[in-house]
Parts: sequence; C-alpha cells; structure tokens
Amino acid sequence: MKKILYLLLLSLVLSASGCSGAASEDDENTLYIYNWGEYIDPDVLTMFTEETGIDIVYDEYETNEIMYPKIEAGAVNYDLVCPSDYMISKMIENDLLEEINFDNITDKDNIGKEYWEKSEEFDPGNKYSVPYVWGTVGILYNKTMVHEPVDSWGILWDEKYKDEILMQDSVRDAFMVAERYLGYSMNTTDEDELQASKKLLQAQKANVQAYVVDQVRDKMIGNEAALGVIYSGEAIYTQRENPDLEYVIPKEGTNVWIDSWVIPKNAKHKENAEKFINFLLKPRIAYMNFDYITYSTPNIPARALIEDEDIRKSPIAFPNLSDYDLEAYSYLGEDADRHLNDLWREVKSY
Amino acid sequence: MKDSRNSLVTAPYLLWSVGFIIIPLIMIIYYAFTGPDGSFTTRNVGDIIYFVNMKALMLSIALSLVSTCMCLLIAYPLALVLTQVVEKNSSLMALIFILPMWMNSLLRTFAWQNILERKGVLNGILVFLGLQPFYIINKPPAIILGMVYDFLPFMVLPIYNSVSEIDKDLINAARDLGAGSFQTLYRVIWPLSLPGVISGITMVFVPSLTTFVISDILGGGKILLIGNIIEQLFTQDSDWNAGAGLSVILMIFIVISMIITAKYDREDG
Amino acid sequence: MKKTVGRLYLTLVLIFLYAPIATLMVLSFNSSKSRAHWGGFTFEWYLGLISNEEIMDAFRTTLILAFLSAFIATVLGTAACTGMQFMRRRYRSIIMGITNIPMLNADIVTGVSLMLLFIAARVSMGFTTVLLSHITFNIPYVILSVMPRYRELNKSTYEAALDLGAGPVYAFFKVVLPDLMGAVLSGFLMSFTMSLDDFIITHFTQGPGFDTLSTKIYSEVKKGINPEIYALSTIMFLAVLILLFFVNYRPHLDKENVKK
Repeated sequence: MKKILYLLLLSLVLSASGCSGAASEDDENTLYIYNWGEYIDPDVLTMFTEETGIDIVYDEYETNEIMYPKIEAGAVNYDLVCPSDYMISKMIENDLLEEINFDNITDKDNIGKEYWEKSEEFDPGNKYSVPYVWGTVGILYNKTMVHEPVDSWGILWDEKYKDEILMQDSVRDAFMVAERYLGYSMNTTDEDELQASKKLLQAQKANVQAYVVDQVRDKMIGNEAALGVIYSGEAIYTQRENPDLEYVIPKEGTNVWIDSWVIPKNAKHKENAEKFINFLLKPRIAYMNFDYITYSTPNIPARALIEDEDIRKSPIAFPNLSDYDLEAYSYLGEDADRHLNDLWREVKSY
Repeated sequence: MKDSRNSLVTAPYLLWSVGFIIIPLIMIIYYAFTGPDGSFTTRNVGDIIYFVNMKALMLSIALSLVSTCMCLLIAYPLALVLTQVVEKNSSLMALIFILPMWMNSLLRTFAWQNILERKGVLNGILVFLGLQPFYIINKPPAIILGMVYDFLPFMVLPIYNSVSEIDKDLINAARDLGAGSFQTLYRVIWPLSLPGVISGITMVFVPSLTTFVISDILGGGKILLIGNIIEQLFTQDSDWNAGAGLSVILMIFIVISMIITAKYDREDG
Repeated sequence: MKKTVGRLYLTLVLIFLYAPIATLMVLSFNSSKSRAHWGGFTFEWYLGLISNEEIMDAFRTTLILAFLSAFIATVLGTAACTGMQFMRRRYRSIIMGITNIPMLNADIVTGVSLMLLFIAARVSMGFTTVLLSHITFNIPYVILSVMPRYRELNKSTYEAALDLGAGPVYAFFKVVLPDLMGAVLSGFLMSFTMSLDDFIITHFTQGPGFDTLSTKIYSEVKKGINPEIYALSTIMFLAVLILLFFVNYRPHLDKENVKK
C-alpha cells in the first residue's frame, strides 16, 4: 500500500515538474505573452515556435484594467503585453515599460506611417510600442429587431429596447458612450461633466440587459439582444456568423484606439519578445491574424493580401478616419482614474 | 504526555499555519490600516460608509440572509425525508445530494445562466407550453437562486447528520406519550438537530455573504456585492489598502457568526 | 400518503439539483457552438477534447494539484494530530483555533491574504504558490477528520507496543496508523475534492501560463465557453457517478453472497 502511494506520488511529482517545467525552469527559450482574449490566430503561435524553437506561455485578459495590476505588482514576469493607447501612456508614466530595440524590428516599415504618427500621441518618439491592431467603438444591432435607422448613441437609452441592450463592462468605454452622447470629450475630468455622464449611465441601467465584454459577440450572434456596444473588429466576425447584424459609428463620434505590443520592465526574455513582434509584422502572418480575429490591421502589405474586396475596402474595418468625429483615450492620471472607477462602481451597484 | 518530544511532529504544521494563516492575516490587517505611503490610517476600513460600499454590503447581507433561510427551508424537510421516509439506502440518497458537487461549481452556476437566460432553456419550455416567459436573470432573484443552488448541500449534510443521529427510541417514546407528529418534530427532533442547523447556517451564510462568482455569472455585471468590490479593488484598481480595509469588515461579520456558532456549540456539547 | 409527499418533495429537489447538470450534458452533444441553439447531435466535442492541449493541460494541472495538495496536507495534518495528543489541553485548543480560521474565513479573504503574502515575499506566482495555498486550506479538513478518531482511539495498544520494545515511530505505523486509516483517507478525499473545485483562492494566487479547470472555465465563461469543457465535465461527472455506485453497492453484493 505504502509502496504504491509512494510510486504514485513520485510519478506525479515528475509529471508535475514536466508540465510546469516551462514556468519554473525559466529557460532562455521561452516567451511569456499576455494578450486580450481571442486576439491572435493560435496557428501563428505554433508557427513561431516551430520557426524559432521558442516556447510560448500565453495568457489572456479581458480589459486593460485587469491587465495593469498584474504587470504593476511585478509578481508575474510577462515579456510581451498588448495594451491600448491610454494604458500604454499610463505604463510609460509609471515606468513599467522597457524601450524596444528597433534594430531588431526590421519589418517596422510594414506598419503604415499614419499609425506610427497616431502612436506618437501616447508614445512620444515611438520608443516603447509597436502597433498591432486598431479600430473604433460602435453600435452593433440586429436588423430584425431594430426597424429604425441607428445613427446615435441615443438609441441605447430608448425604452423600446429595454433588456435588449448590451453595454461594455469597462470603465472607459462605458463612460465614453455617455460623454460623447452629451457632447463632452471622452477624456474629460470636469466634475460636472463626469457627474452628468454618471447620471446618464445610471438612467440607462434599467434598459441594459447585461454589462459584458467579450460576450457581446456571442450574445449578438445568438440573437439574445438587439443592440450592443462593440469594437469594430468584432463586427466583421459577427456579420459572418449572423448576417442580420449591422455595425454603425454614431454621429456623436466615438473612440478610435490602437492596441500595441509593449515589453514590461521586468521582462526576462526581451530579445524573444522583439523576435515575436517582428514575426507578427510579416505580411503573411499579419494577414493570418486579420483573417482570424478580424480586427483592422495597420500592416499595409497585409491589407493588400485580403482577397475579398468588400472587406479590404470595408468602411467598418478600414474607415476613412476623416469621415467621423473620432477621439483617442488619453491617460487621465492616477487620481482621475480612481475617481472614474468609483463613479463606475456607483453605476454598477444595484 | 510522557514524552513531550513526540509533540514535535506538530511543529511542521505549526510553522505552516503561522506562515500561511497567521502572517497573511496580519498582512491584511496591516494593509487595511495603512495608506499607500505606509502611514497609519483608518480610512480604508472607514470606506465602508461610502454609499456604494454600504449598499453592496447591505445587498450582500440581504441576499445571503434570504438564501440561507431558503436553504434551511428546503434542507430541513429534505433531511427528515431522507432519514424517515427513505429508510433503505438513505446514505446512498445522501450521496446523491453530494454528487452534483463533483461537477465544477463554476460550470454548474454557468449552467443556470443558460437555463434562465432570456432565450434560455426555461423560457424555451415556457414559451413552448404557451406560458409567459420569466425573466429573473441579471436580477437579485437569480443571485439568490445561484446561492441556494451552490450552497444547499452545505445545509443538507450537517442537518442530515444530526437528524440521523437522533435515537429512534426518543421519537417513539414521544409518540407513546401522546405527542402528535408536529409536536414530536417541534419538541424532540428540532431541538436535537439544532447543532446541525446552526453549523449549516454558518456554512451557507459565510460563502453567500462573500461570493463574487455567483453575482459575476448570474448578475450580468448589474449587481455588485461586497465580494465583487473587494475582488475589483485587488485585481483591477490595484488599491490593496482599500481592498484590505473592506476585507477586514467582512472578517468582522465572519467572526460574529463564529461567535454565535461557538455559543450554540458549547450549550449543546 | 406521507411517503408519497416525501418522495414527491425528494424528486422536486433532485430536479432542482440536477437540472443544470442535465443542461450541461445536453450542451456537450450540441453541434452548434452557440449555447442558444440546438444544432443537432454530435460527438465532435468529445473527439476534439483529447487534442485540445489547453483543456487537457488544465485538467492535468487540476488533478496533480489536487493529489499533491491533498497528500501533503494529509501527511502534515495527521502528524499535527498525532503531536497534539502529547500536548497540554490549552495548547491543543489554541492550535485547533488556528486550524478553524481557514475553514470559517471567507475564501476571498484567504485568497487575498495569501496573494499579499506571496507578493511581499517576492515569490513569482505559479504552480508553487497555488500548491502552497491549496495545502493551507486542505490541512484543516484532514485535522477535523482525524482528530475525532484519535479521541476514540484506545491508547493502551500504543503503550503496549512500546512496552513490548517497539520504537515510537514503529509503534505509530504498526499500531496507531491502521486504526486511523479510515479517518486519514476521508480527510484526504475531502481535501482532494476541495482542491479540485476551488476557484477563488486559485484565482488570487495563480501566475502566467497556469490554469486549473476552474480558472479556465471562469475565463471562458467571460469570452464564450468552449463546448469541449462540457464534454470533459460530463466525462468527469459520469466517472465519479460510476465509481460511487460501485463503491456503494459492493458491500451489499458481498452480504448477499455471504447469505447464499
């Protein structure tokens, strides 16, 4: 009996060290990536490992706000993270990022000039980040349930659609909707404007079916709601799955965002991270990712590879930026962040 | 007692409990009473009076009280049925009530989301039968249902244990002395099962009071319980001091329920 | 009459308890990935399960974690109970008081406190931190299972063994442990189950590239669940069901055989 137990234990310990080996050995040949959920073609990861022999440990997060404390606490050493613009400037400000060695990013010119310029807004001098995908935030609606033209955020307050509305469960995106509807900047720190936005969101709550992030996609595909606030990148995918869905950018304007790769200060495999960034810049790889996640790519040669002309020229995936009133989030500072979080909790508390 | 060296085999556990139980608790209390700069403050614990936190705490208390009562109301007759009506194989029956716990609890809670959803299983059946659909998802009743479902076995088991230990002769004696079923239940069975009831109550109340998972899965982000706020303070706002402050408040409630339990334990034992 | 009402009530509660499980089982055969539609019957998710590295990894981690944490907790817990037999009552009750803390404390507080500890100690989060945490919340189950058995134990056999020249260690393994085995085993099983099902404490102490089934399910609930998870859970549930019925019916069969 004892012998069996001992043998069992021994084999388990061995297999445990085998399976968590990648995590504990801290081998030169690994790369720790922390990315948004469903934000890369898994085949790309396999291809990278096959090509370079570097093992990838891959984790996902749901919102920028969930990602940040993990990096800040430093208990977790990720080598590569993919935050949004405003979060990158917060990380730069708090000295959490390492400068990327652009000598290793030989394919950086595949990213269109305009995107490098846009990046300067949150990463002056383009020192810390390489753009990955970009897009807008808009309303996805189901044509069989909404029989009127949708062109304003205001429809999210229409009582006709009580319990048929899905809102984003992330502070900035939720407040952006209210702030834009009221005609404010989405980066406002004016107390009156914030309070007014909060009141508006509280008034909306009775209409909202749920506050979710990635679930908007599945719920809209499954006809479980009529209207949802969603990132433009999901629009093409959801339309593929359910042709009744339509994406619009409201006339009051919306957020335009860039998610870029950055290397945290405590990264242990910086060179591997740079190799991976460069790998993602290859037109074929960037195209594979676009095809899988359907978020707009800033990679010009990759876009040229898109066969379907409707998608290559799609106003959803690649909108003409000057046609809309667009604004990017900027980092508001520690105190304003905290205040916004408090207000958001007030909205969500029952 | 002859050989005090023998008590040394407790030492590893003692070290362990100091390192992984006592010190972490001290750390929570330390964080709760310091500011971000490390200076003493009572602000974090005092944060509970903020409207949002207070409302979340009150809602948590209300929902967990209701679900504890409902668990008791469901579990007590169930324990009686298990011990009295199903004489044969009643331990097998008890097993059937624990069995669901072997399916991941998150998944089972998520299954309720599927059942209760606006276009979910239950409404599908109701509409098919020509009845009114029924919307409780993302509302407090759904949370209560989730709590009752998840924690019901914690109420059933201790009550079942204490009821099944009651000497059958006592019940028969009560009958012989002319007590009716209700009187037997009220005068004999109930007082004797009280220890089980009390431990069932704490075992349901504490996890319901502090859950953040059930409200996350069945609340659609529209219901914030105190557990959700603490979880968010730690994992999203990285405001550990505020999170620790509210944790201390929670611990006060847990200690109160522990004292109540201990009091009943002593009276009976 | 009373029996009928009792049976009816039993059935109703059983339906309540098993409805979600039935739902999950049905979904595991649903060919549509969307949980809102029935797209026809399929075995696809069961077949795909084996090749799904992520889920299988999480499954393996969960089992290894549950086994290791339960085993270590059983050893430490049993040793602690044994040592406490030689202690003064006052010290013993202090230790039992400490033991009760993780049992009665809220999981969220335990999880958060361990997270603070690991971060302060600059331990990088991963398998080890989760294992340490699981052992911590498992030990009380072992102690609470073994302690009462010790009270019932006849101390004279142990003393007799000593008198006959056995060393304390030898005497413990030969005389005391066999008597305790039932309680030790049930402590182990309880720990194993608790570790298997834990989400909250793992959630706060996990690190990169580490997932148990619970944490995997939690993140999938948010981004859309992979039906292969339903398939795995169905298999696990049925396995336990069969095991339990086997264990439960065997004694009955034995008795019947004896009668014949």
